[in-house]
Amino acid sequence: MSASGGSVVSSIATEDNTQYANQHAIEYDQVMSVPHAMLALLSEGPKYGLRLREEFEARTGEVWPLNVGQVYTTLQRLERDGLVESDGAAEDGPQKRFRITAEGEQELARWLRTPPDLSSPPRDELVMKVLVALRVPGADVHEVIQAHRRYLVELMQQWTRIKEDDARGDLSMLLAVDAELFRLDSVARWLDAAEARVKRAAAEGMMPGLDQAGPGNQARWPLPRHRREVRTRG
Amino acid sequence: MSMLELVRVSKSYGQGSAGVHALREVSLTADEGAMVAVMGPSGSGKSTLLTIAGTLEEPTSGEVLIAGQPVGKASRNAKARLRRRVIGYVFQDFNLLPGLTAAENVSLPLELDGVPGRKARTAALRALDGLGLSDRASHYPDQISGGERQRVAIARAMVGDRRLLLADEPSGALDSVNAEAVMRLVHSACKNAGMTAVVVTHDAQLASWADRVVFLRDGRVTDQTGPAPGPESLLTQEPTR
Repeated sequence: MSASGGSVVSSIATEDNTQYANQHAIEYDQVMSVPHAMLALLSEGPKYGLRLREEFEARTGEVWPLNVGQVYTTLQRLERDGLVESDGAAEDGPQKRFRITAEGEQELARWLRTPPDLSSPPRDELVMKVLVALRVPGADVHEVIQAHRRYLVELMQQWTRIKEDDARGDLSMLLAVDAELFRLDSVARWLDAAEARVKRAAAEGMMPGLDQAGPGNQARWPLPRHRREVRTRG
Repeated sequence: MSMLELVRVSKSYGQGSAGVHALREVSLTADEGAMVAVMGPSGSGKSTLLTIAGTLEEPTSGEVLIAGQPVGKASRNAKARLRRRVIGYVFQDFNLLPGLTAAENVSLPLELDGVPGRKARTAALRALDGLGLSDRASHYPDQISGGERQRVAIARAMVGDRRLLLADEPSGALDSVNAEAVMRLVHSACKNAGMTAVVVTHDAQLASWADRVVFLRDGRVTDQTGPAPGPESLLTQEPTR
């Protein structure tokens, strides 16, 4: 996608609309390895620093811009570690050309095939709210669930509008938007499942109430390990 | 202008303790060119709502208006004419006739309505062409993919001058890419051809193609989304993770 493409996503990363993009840039740095993205770009052939930055932004749907300093610092580290090499003639900057080394290619292949750590569940505010709603006297858990479901669907409508508006079908952007939609969809489906379970539990007289909140009920309504503090307060 | 309006529609089956209230005082409006999704779990009344909106069933109480006209007091023939000329139906299992080609399936409702065969076929081919199915016109349903079958079903629902598309889990039998293609077609029919669509689904991702999502639970409308904001709204708000 060209920077002047005029698409919704390209406008995200430019000028005044940087708040959202910058927020995600921070998150993205935590999950997306900039060094490995640089290695991936260099695996196509030698490139100058400036071009690497431009291509990085284009490949990530321009949602996660990098600053110039970040690019050159990353390249210096990769060179120090023997994963890339430069022509060495020019000073560090946009005119310096880099190429990937054999060690860099091995590292890139290793990284691509290493699954991210999905083993420990993240702290999930939404799960906590639904669990707490079950135990708060007078709280309608269905209303709580519906409020979150409506929010999720409204958010999904906004992401879908991006797909709808992108007549060119930019693949990187479609994949990035799909990822966000599937993530939100999984939360919506959890809400559906939670609502069905609550309904069934209510029909079977198994809803937890204040009078049932004793230790005897803990096996029936276990909370995730990282939520224990919620139960002790309840 | 409202293309479809349900006013305090209720539907019950059976009586007394054995009675089932499928819909309870449901009110719903779909304006011309709008795409409305109805979401809810199994048994929430989604399909009943659609059959009543499509005049295939009568409500126990309440009123249905199509293009501003109440259909409750219309004669059986008038309702049948409405179904042939104004309303198009799309079902999860496509409901194509296996012994007819794609073009014949699409032209059939026109021919049943008295349109001459050649004219009906021309309209059918135009509808298929509009959905990118020109090269499938002479194929039988078992010779095309599931996604193509549903696109033929959509062409059948839109052929002629139909203005109201009622779809019951139209992409339920499809993989996610084909399901999205179906929703894109319905969305495009609303935005570009002025159709009004009411799509029943339990899938949030597919419902998100609609301008408005109505939530149904235990036969009642419990909630609905606000006016769909544009994608630019994603740029101005704090991420909420």
